[in-house]
Amino acid sequence: METQVLIIGGGATGTALARDLALRGVDCVLVERDDINAGASGRNHGLLHSGARYVSNDHEAAVECRTEGEILKRVAFRSIQDTGGYFVAVAGDDEKYVADFPGHCQRSGIQAKVIDVAEAREREPAISEHAIAVYEVPDASVDPFRLSLESMAQARSLGARLMRRTRVVGFDREGPRIVAVRVLDTVSGAEQRIHAAQVVNAAGAWAREVALLAGAPVEMLYSKGTLLITHGRMAQHVINRLRKPGNADILMPGGTVSVLGTTSLRVDSLEDIHPTVAEVDRIVDEAAPMLPGLRTMRFIRAYAGVRPLLGSPAGSDGRNVSRGFALYDHEDQGLANFATLTGGKLTTCRLMAERAADLVCRRLGVSSPCLTAIEVIPAAPECEWTVPGRAPREWMRAHGLDDPMLCECEMVSGSVVDLLYASLREAGDMPTLTDIGLRSRVGKGACQGAFCAVRTVAHLYQRGDFQARRGLDEITDFFRERWRGQHPVLWGEQLAQAELMEALHCGLFGEELRGADGVEALRSAVSGEGTP
Amino acid sequence: MTQTQTKTWDVAVVGAGMAGMAASLFAAERGLSCIQIGNGGGLLFASGLLDLLAVHPVAARRVWDNPFEALAMIRRDQPDHPLARVDDASMRAAFQSFTSALGDAGMPFAPLGDRNASVLTSLGTPKPTYGVPRTMAAGVDALAGRPPCLLLDFRGLREFSARQIVATIGDTWPGLRMARVEFPGAEATSELYAAHMAVALESGEFRERTLARVRPLLGDARVVGFPAVLGLARSAVVHAAFEEGLGVPVFEIPTMPTSVPGLRLNAALEQAVVTRGVHRMLRVDVASTSFDETAVLTLDGVPGGQRVSARTVVLATGRFSGRGLSAGQQGVTETLLGLPVQQPASRDAWHSRDFLDPAGHAINRAGLATDDDFRPLDATGRPAWPGLYAVGSILAGQDWMREKCGSGLALGTARVAVDRIARQLRAPSGVGEAG
Repeated sequence: METQVLIIGGGATGTALARDLALRGVDCVLVERDDINAGASGRNHGLLHSGARYVSNDHEAAVECRTEGEILKRVAFRSIQDTGGYFVAVAGDDEKYVADFPGHCQRSGIQAKVIDVAEAREREPAISEHAIAVYEVPDASVDPFRLSLESMAQARSLGARLMRRTRVVGFDREGPRIVAVRVLDTVSGAEQRIHAAQVVNAAGAWAREVALLAGAPVEMLYSKGTLLITHGRMAQHVINRLRKPGNADILMPGGTVSVLGTTSLRVDSLEDIHPTVAEVDRIVDEAAPMLPGLRTMRFIRAYAGVRPLLGSPAGSDGRNVSRGFALYDHEDQGLANFATLTGGKLTTCRLMAERAADLVCRRLGVSSPCLTAIEVIPAAPECEWTVPGRAPREWMRAHGLDDPMLCECEMVSGSVVDLLYASLREAGDMPTLTDIGLRSRVGKGACQGAFCAVRTVAHLYQRGDFQARRGLDEITDFFRERWRGQHPVLWGEQLAQAELMEALHCGLFGEELRGADGVEALRSAVSGEGTP
Repeated sequence: MTQTQTKTWDVAVVGAGMAGMAASLFAAERGLSCIQIGNGGGLLFASGLLDLLAVHPVAARRVWDNPFEALAMIRRDQPDHPLARVDDASMRAAFQSFTSALGDAGMPFAPLGDRNASVLTSLGTPKPTYGVPRTMAAGVDALAGRPPCLLLDFRGLREFSARQIVATIGDTWPGLRMARVEFPGAEATSELYAAHMAVALESGEFRERTLARVRPLLGDARVVGFPAVLGLARSAVVHAAFEEGLGVPVFEIPTMPTSVPGLRLNAALEQAVVTRGVHRMLRVDVASTSFDETAVLTLDGVPGGQRVSARTVVLATGRFSGRGLSAGQQGVTETLLGLPVQQPASRDAWHSRDFLDPAGHAINRAGLATDDDFRPLDATGRPAWPGLYAVGSILAGQDWMREKCGSGLALGTARVAVDRIARQLRAPSGVGEAG
């Protein structure tokens, strides 16, 4: 396979880069080891920062967030809800920080309007009665999946190619040039070489590993962040704690839920990243003074991602390390056609992509300008279904005879699953239940898939999409994956829900017995005459 | 004003799930006066199958053909397991009287023996179980012998795809075929509900129209399987009519909850306990309790309040979804009496990180510790009150979902507890002597 630019990594940065290059008329291939936004891009708050979070300790990052936030609100408006944000201090918080905040915002050009505490609590009753100061800032919420899916869809409409479940396993070098990148199809096990004039490593937290494979090490730190999803939506605005960035200081509205986080824990390895009970308890404890309702809130899931941070391993928790981004050209390491793009934030993904595309185009001798700040990302029919409420509205409008409701929590019907399946097939993929979950609301409601996963699999068999024992494999994979985020928040109502799920999937279906000798014998053996 | 019933009942059963129903039934059969208090819905998630015990030890995923051999192993390996306190004779008697009462109430079961049966689920997995409703029995023989077999489904019944079952198990069953038919009168709808279909099929006319659509598809099939929708209250009649109408044995395949066999089981058990004289108070909660010579339960949800007094109490309130246990961030409590709950030291140890971990999740073995008579222990390790018993899934030390022993646990422990209660109440000086 040949292309002008090979992009490694299908997160917010990689997909933004594919879009940028495609808009400049540059041919590119994006390889992704798992799926779109499988790393930190899909495991964050979904906050489009106004920049106010960083005004006290990172002026440059604050300004970047402000300008990039304004751009994305224009070009990616479908993925963004302009919720506005509050910064809230409660009794006991650092009063000097509170007093300095408006001045810091002004210096970074961020509008921060003081709001009367009583009025703020009227608009957002979740805020504690012990609040002492509230400022309003232009924070917004962004659906990171929709943003990346739509960016990639636009890139593909312009000729870019996406290869999911494709892992980089090696680089063929001749002197200063990478002449081919060896990639492995993790489903089929087939290996191939991709010949690209330029290679950009946008592998997020995995960028260090990829750079090492290329023989051009970069310094990076890993910071693990854990977040919680509440059962209902607690607030309409983004609610930030008005203090130095710390644990559990942001509550994001997201459709029918709220997302609370995060923690920052330095980790040395990317293996086995999952939320823990201790992290969940810590998040609730730290956020409850600002949002006392959290003490009795039902949580449906937790998730954890790893932020790639710049710098060398010195600081304690990664909070003081720059959230800015870096573009390494690797020329001092003797490489002429490789670049690594890492660090950064969801809010600045477009700018990061622009800088990388500028470098690549200069090397390729392409002079077309960046268009990503001007061109609006077009709608794509297969990218609309992560939005809560979208599927039920469409179903109400067009309810056809053969369009059964598969997910009753989030109202996802068969036609949505069909459309997503077909769009993935068109790209040459073998879609999984997890792929459909990522691109829709299937499995995201209160039942966490206990019922809808079974109905969706039955539907896919009925359409002839699933064969043999694939459905069982898919269901067990799906629940195993979801469970990693579910078990740390299981108490109260959600534990009762999980008990029903286990009663169904283990008690009745016996999924935990698959492959056990006794059950294999029952499955395959024809026993003697009439004996059960 | 609070009303106090003048009557003192022999037994007050708290709970309307499988264990509460079994305890009420057995108490009535023993001639004890019994009041059952529940807040309802406890059986709606049942599949209709009665698991006695099929897997032990769970970590080794050893599946037993003979549940009584498995029981013997439990007694040897885990003497604190509630099933270790149920002898074979009590277990057999419990299943015999339970299924025979269900049969009287219109839900007959296949004859019980010494062996577990294997039933095909709607996911295409074989499920080991013990008591099989007669409407599902031909499926056990079919799965064992694998004759030419036709599986039918109905467009719109979303959780049931015959094609999925054939795809999943067809590699070992060459004569297994599938066909999909339209449910009569539902041609213009995209979703069918199992309970509505079951009621419709109780009408002879609907049945005949359905059978007319199925007959041409029979081919060489020597047995035919359907999703479990063959009648609700009159399933025996509907099932017999299908067998007669098709000329071959017919079986039902259990579906996801809320399932029709679960609804049948609930209705049949209600009828069974009521006809045996159990007094039922449903959709009420027990607000407070006091224990002295007799137990006095003060009920909530009754206008004016009401007090029930009983010589013995059977706690059959279930686990988390049954509300017998409540889990907070800091630990598990027993909701009605505040009894001590045996549980892991911290929440961190409640769950394995693998949902399908064969060893199971430690939280599922949390519950009430009891003496050999199923009397729950207080903080000092002695029975909390001489006439208080606890049965079913609230008990510590079991994992009914992985051991496939839900009904064995409910029926076996209820049987033993009721036997002890009967003996206790016969003793001349009442509850005090029973321990």
